[in-house]
Amino acid sequence: MELLWDGYIEPVVWIVAKILAIVVPLLVAVAYLTYAERKVIGAIQLRKGPNVVGPFGLLQPLADGLKLFLKETIIPSSANKGVFIIAPMLTFILAIIAWAVIPFDEGMVLADLNVGILYIFAISSLGVYGIVMAGWASNSKYAFLGALRSGAQMVSYEISIGLIIISVLLTTGSLNLSDIVRGQVGGIWEWNFVYHFPMFIVFIVSILAETNRAPFDLPEAEAELVSGYNVDYSAMTFALFFLGEYANMILMSGLCAILFLGGWSAPLPFLEFIPGAIWFILKICFVLFIFLWVRATFPRYRYDQLMRLGWKIFLPLSFAWVMLVATFLVVFDKVPA
Amino acid sequence: MVVQALAFYLFATVAVLSATAVVTVRNPVHSVLLLILTFFNAAGLFVLLGAEFLAMLLVVVYVGAVAVLFLFVVMMLDINFVEMRQGFLNYLPIGVLIAVVLFVELALVGAGWTLTDEAVAVLAQPTPVGVTNVEALGRLIYTDYAYIFQAAGLVLLVAMIGAIVLTLRHREGVRRQNISEQVKRNRADTLEIKKVPVGRGI
Repeated sequence: MELLWDGYIEPVVWIVAKILAIVVPLLVAVAYLTYAERKVIGAIQLRKGPNVVGPFGLLQPLADGLKLFLKETIIPSSANKGVFIIAPMLTFILAIIAWAVIPFDEGMVLADLNVGILYIFAISSLGVYGIVMAGWASNSKYAFLGALRSGAQMVSYEISIGLIIISVLLTTGSLNLSDIVRGQVGGIWEWNFVYHFPMFIVFIVSILAETNRAPFDLPEAEAELVSGYNVDYSAMTFALFFLGEYANMILMSGLCAILFLGGWSAPLPFLEFIPGAIWFILKICFVLFIFLWVRATFPRYRYDQLMRLGWKIFLPLSFAWVMLVATFLVVFDKVPA
Repeated sequence: MVVQALAFYLFATVAVLSATAVVTVRNPVHSVLLLILTFFNAAGLFVLLGAEFLAMLLVVVYVGAVAVLFLFVVMMLDINFVEMRQGFLNYLPIGVLIAVVLFVELALVGAGWTLTDEAVAVLAQPTPVGVTNVEALGRLIYTDYAYIFQAAGLVLLVAMIGAIVLTLRHREGVRRQNISEQVKRNRADTLEIKKVPVGRGI
C-alpha cells in the first residue's frame, strides 16, 4: 500500500496539480486576451471597446464564454460526425499540451525535455490537422476552401520557422528550452534578438501566418469565405477552436520570448530581484501586443502574395541566415560546446 | 517499469489496431487519419526506446508534412465508393497471389536471419552512454558518414529537380504580378497631369 502511494499515486497527484497550475491560468489568459484584443483595437480605432459588463467591461469574456456554453451544439446532417467532433478537440488539446515544455523560470517547467524545441515544433505542425479535418468534415464548400488555404499557409510558414529555430540553436548548442534561455541570461545585450535581428522580424511575421492572424487571416476572410473552416461550428465546438487559436497565439509569443527575448531573464542585471516568471509573462504580453497592433494596422494580404512572401522571400532569407551563422561560428571558432 | 510496460502495450495495441483499420475502413480520408494515428503511436514507441529525437522527427516530417500532403490529395479525390467496390472480386486472386509471394519471401528472409554477437551488443544500447540522442546522431551523420550523407542529399536534390522539370509548364497568356517592377516605378512613369482646355477635351 505504501509502495503504491509513494510510487504511483503521489507523483500522479503532483503532476496533475502542476498541469492544473499551467492550464487554468492559461485559460484565464485566453479569456482576457480576447478582452485585451477588443480594448486595444478599440483604442487604436478611437472607440471604447467592451465597457458594459462589469467594471471597465472586465466581465465581458466571462459573459461571452457563458453564452457559448449555453448555446446548442449543431451538427450538420451531411457532416462526417466523428471527424466533425474530433477536430475542435484536437485543436484545443494540441494548443494546451505544447505548454508542457515551456520554462517559466529557472527550473519552473513541467517536463524538461532534451528535445523541447523539437517537441513544440512537432506539436505546432500537428495543428493543421484540426483545421483540415474540420473543413473536410463539415462537408461545405466554404469550410473546405478555408481549411485548404489555412493548411497550405501553415505548412509553408512552418519551414521558415524551422530554419529560424535552427539558426538560433546553432548559437545556443542545445535543443533544451531552459538551456536556450540560460544562454541569454545577463542583460538585454545578451538576448538573441540582438544577434539575430533580421530573423527576429521574420519570426514575428511567420508566427502571425502560422497562427492565422491578421494580416494573414485568409482562412477566415469573412468577405469571401464567410468565416472559413469553422463556419459550420456552433456553441462549445466553436469555442474550442477559438480557445485553441488564442492559446496558440500565447504559445507562439512564449516561444518568441524564449528564443529571442531571453525567456525569464531580466533585461538589466540589477532588475534580477523581480521573479523570472514575471519577466517571462511581461515578454509574452509584449509579443501579444504586437499581434493586436498588427491586426489593427495592416490590411489583409492576398493569397498569392502570402505564398510568395513565404516561399520566395522568407525561405531563402532564413536559409541564407543559417549558412551565415554556421560559417561565422566555424570561422571565428565560436561553436558552442 | 510497470508504467513503461503499460505505455508500451497502449502504443503497440493502438498502432496495430489503427494500422489494420487503415486498410479495412471504407472512407479513404479515414484511412489517412488512421495512418497518422499509427505514425503517432510509432513515435510513442520511439520515445519508450529512448530515441526521442527520432520520435520528434517522425512527427515533424511524416505526420506534420508528408501526411498533410497525402490528406490534401485524398480529400480532393472524387471517389464513387460503390464503383470502387465492384471490381473487388475480379482482382482478389491477383491480390492474394502477391500477398502470398511477399509473405513467403519475408518468411524465408526472416528464418535465415541471425545476428552476430557484436550486433546484439549494439542493439542493447540505442545510444552511447553519457551522450544525448541528438549528439549521437549528429556525430554519425555529420562526422562519421558526412560524405554519404551529402551524397544522399544530392540524390534527393536530383529527384526534386526531376519532379519540377517534369511538371513545369509555361502557359501563355497568364498575367503575373512582378512585384519588383511595381515597387520600382515612380510617379513619372504612371501619371501625367494635363491642363484640359474647357469645352474641347484631350
